[in-house]
Amino acid sequence: MGFRRTYEEINEKIKTGRVVVVTAEEIIPMVEEKGVEAVAREVDVVTTATFGPMCSTGAFLNFGHSDPPIKMTRVWLNDVPAYTGVAAVDAYIGATELSESAGFEYGGAHVIEDLISGKPVKLKATAYGTDCYPRREIETYITRDTINQAYLFNPRNAYQNYSVAVNSSDRIIYTYMGTLLPKLGNATYCSAGQLSPLLNDPYYRTIGIGTRIFLGGTQGYVAWEGTQHSPSVSRTEKGIPIGGAGTLALIGDLKQMDRRFIRAAVFHKYGVSMYVGVGIPIPILDEEMVQFVSVKDEDIHAPIVDYGVGRRSKPTYGTANYKELRSGKITINGKVVPTAPLSSLAKAREIAETLKTWIREGKFFVQRPVQSLPAEQLTKPLEIRQMNEFK
Amino acid sequence: MAKRRIVLTFPPSMVEKPLTYRLVKDFDLAINILYARIVPRESGRLVIELSNSSEENINAGIRFLEEQGVSVEPLSKEIRWDEKECINCGACTAVCHSDALYMNPETWKLEFDKDKCIVCEMCVPACPLRIISVTF
Ligand code: SF4
Ligand code: SF4
Repeated sequence: MGFRRTYEEINEKIKTGRVVVVTAEEIIPMVEEKGVEAVAREVDVVTTATFGPMCSTGAFLNFGHSDPPIKMTRVWLNDVPAYTGVAAVDAYIGATELSESAGFEYGGAHVIEDLISGKPVKLKATAYGTDCYPRREIETYITRDTINQAYLFNPRNAYQNYSVAVNSSDRIIYTYMGTLLPKLGNATYCSAGQLSPLLNDPYYRTIGIGTRIFLGGTQGYVAWEGTQHSPSVSRTEKGIPIGGAGTLALIGDLKQMDRRFIRAAVFHKYGVSMYVGVGIPIPILDEEMVQFVSVKDEDIHAPIVDYGVGRRSKPTYGTANYKELRSGKITINGKVVPTAPLSSLAKAREIAETLKTWIREGKFFVQRPVQSLPAEQLTKPLEIRQMNEFK
Repeated sequence: MAKRRIVLTFPPSMVEKPLTYRLVKDFDLAINILYARIVPRESGRLVIELSNSSEENINAGIRFLEEQGVSVEPLSKEIRWDEKECINCGACTAVCHSDALYMNPETWKLEFDKDKCIVCEMCVPACPLRIISVTF
């Protein structure tokens, strides 16, 4: 029933330059004006995007072999340890890993940004030496261009909605949600709202394993569900999850990335993180997809969570919607609390526009997922258990 | 109209004295309080703008404050924002009480109104990109 369109038809239109692409913000007034059916016929693809701090980010590096060769057992990049408990010259550098000399001010995210910028990065490695890998240490410099391979593999990006953070305690606290002032002195939020990828495809009809995306300025892919993917949280009538729900594991070639769309960050007294730019095209397969992509800020509700309580389950103060959050203030228990974003809407818009241009210029094609993301799943907590409890 | 922006730091013993009242009454100064952090039994910090038609009254007012044991410094520090490195995240606006840093509601880009800045320096560590600094 109703209008339908296939991935193949869309890609054919991209090839011949006839594709109609708009952003997830631009489609809202179009649907209000022309109605769902007319827009479904007119628009082929809607671009969504987000640019926010995503701690669960990192890169796999393969350094290539030195002469004589080394089986690296410990690796540092600009003094930041990387994990090398894989093959001889493979390592994974996590964004939040801290430098052993510069502490909080430099970490894995900065190494990744420096590599993307083409800067030389100091590689130091030690080893125990084997018959086939006799070298015991190495110190050299690598760049994006000299290193054998470097690709981002981010275990958890693009959270579908998130909490609003406040602090009821009587002291200032420093969190991954920014600086939170005492006694509900401010509230921070972190989502691109109506432009955010997974909020425009709430049940993952088109975003799944294999979906081609924009990642850090280049093409990347959805590799898997993200860690803590939790689609079974409560949802509004329109299917929008209230708070963090689905997540994505993303992959893309670091060598092709651009630091305009991926940046290292330091959250004061918390640690290092990385702002990652993600853009996802949503194919308009039918009218239902138009309904999904016309989600508005006022339809998206986020729980207001008290980060002043340092426990796993934190008290909440009801919810706020993104229209209220973007107005600059919300009311909590009768008190007016100023709000501030952490994720950059200006950058998200730039990404949605860039992706739109790529598609219009025939440089980017939509990809049908090879497998859907789990539709039902909740995050399991970690409990302290004794061995004998398993008998 | 003569104007001067100054930073007052006073010891705990002074916190409860009606200093601003005396400035108004004895020296005819108009006072605009830009920032105040006054906790009983701790030292207080006040950033104020004094104005009067005559420089002389302002100087006399400042002399009076110094005689009372208040340390007076001109507000000479400035906040520097490296705009071209800015990603417009908005994290700094969360701590700016004086609305000097704010998001433009149309473009969602950061704007900085220097005149409103009281140089409390809260935004310096709050910026995750480390692009806000204080200059002397
Ligand atoms: S120093 Fe920073 S936080 Fe304080 S008033 Fe100036 S701009 Fe705002
Ligand atoms: S916190 Fe830093 S990067 Fe973010 S908007 Fe403010 S100045 Fe720009």
